[in-house]
Amino acid sequence: MCLAVPGRVTAIDGTEEFRTARVDFGGVTREACLAFVPEVEVGDYVLVHVGFAITRVDEEAARLALDALQSIDALDGDDDAAR
Amino acid sequence: MRHVDEYRAPQAIKGLIQRIAATMTRPWTLMEVCGGQTHAILKFGLDELLPERLRLIHGPGCPVCVTPLEQIDRALAIAATPGVIFCSFGDMLRVPGSHGDLLLAKARGADVRIVYSPLDAVALARREPTRRVVFFAVGFETTAPANAMAVYTAARAGLTNFSVLVAHVLVPPALEALLSAPGSEIQGLLAPGHVCVVTGYRDYERVAARYGIPIVVTGFEPLDLLRGVHAAVVQLERGEARVENQYERAALRDGNPAALQVVRDVFTVCDRKWRGLGEIPASGYTLAPAYAGFDAVQVFGLTDVTVDEPADCLSGLVLQGRLRPTQCPQFGKRCTPEHPLGATMVSTEGACAAYFHYGRTPAQAAHPDAARENEVSAL
Repeated sequence: MCLAVPGRVTAIDGTEEFRTARVDFGGVTREACLAFVPEVEVGDYVLVHVGFAITRVDEEAARLALDALQSIDALDGDDDAAR
Repeated sequence: MRHVDEYRAPQAIKGLIQRIAATMTRPWTLMEVCGGQTHAILKFGLDELLPERLRLIHGPGCPVCVTPLEQIDRALAIAATPGVIFCSFGDMLRVPGSHGDLLLAKARGADVRIVYSPLDAVALARREPTRRVVFFAVGFETTAPANAMAVYTAARAGLTNFSVLVAHVLVPPALEALLSAPGSEIQGLLAPGHVCVVTGYRDYERVAARYGIPIVVTGFEPLDLLRGVHAAVVQLERGEARVENQYERAALRDGNPAALQVVRDVFTVCDRKWRGLGEIPASGYTLAPAYAGFDAVQVFGLTDVTVDEPADCLSGLVLQGRLRPTQCPQFGKRCTPEHPLGATMVSTEGACAAYFHYGRTPAQAAHPDAARENEVSAL
């Protein structure tokens, strides 16, 4: 029910209050309402839930988290080192 | 797919599971709150890959599952009214009411339609001015902004043939009800990532402080879930009890202000009855007075519907994390996704349905060690 799927905004239409986007979900394109994410631009990734983008995916935060996981792999065993 | 595949990398999953095992000096019990998380845990077999001493109990975070019987009965009564088009998310159609479900109502001639977005129901009301269009507004905080926006849009358009049957529920009050219940075994929580995307996680800071448990805002992919488990276990081992955000790419401490604004305009907090948990004070939304004209319960005169839950479905215990689905005597026998006794077997996110779909059998539950020997590792 709270499923939200990440997709990439490929086009934006509409007025200031009711912007809608075309969002590409790995090959499937659907429309999403951008009313809750005024900052979103073409090329951004958004999480879409029941036809609404509910957040912009922070790519920098995602990269940092994945990098931290890789350093966990590299350190292998030392409990506190990655925190 | 970006922001999906990276979080399913087998090596990283394996490394993180080893890391969790190495961190644990004693058994711990965590509850993942959201049904979407439960579904992912079972789908990817994380429950079988994690150390045995790490127990995951499945929370009540499936709005379909916690919607009480009387609200389904109201939906059935509205759907059967001549001239009505009843719109719903697909999940709700098979949830049994006292007499049948919405799918059966449709088979008997009711105009029941599945919509992708609540705005689709508003568009339908515009296209069909001679019909009364009712949308079944279920969901947690994640869905509240979309459903609020549908009502707001209908109001701005001056639609008089649109209404909503509201069954909105809120996560923190339910968590507090579970945590304060005598004998609660929950030592840490994985908070629902997409609820927190909308609301932020300040409310969870209060819960963590009051009950002295770590709460980790957690996403839905395998690595997200394992990061949540790892962070919770590290806090438990250190004796800490704070809110930590492990879903940084999506959730912020203050949530989504634009989404919260429309929710505050359209809805107001109310007491709600939860299937399995009973009535919980201030645990749901109803329409604010300015939008009361859109309340289908008032429009169709259905205020006096009260129904008891069926005795042969133990979903109440499952929703409280007190019973594994496979421990229910009806599981996989009288109760299957084709013929569900209760909502937890219907919704794709219900714990019973997840156990059924991903082959967790009563035999496995009775002999966890045997199950582990037979386990097919995803790695």
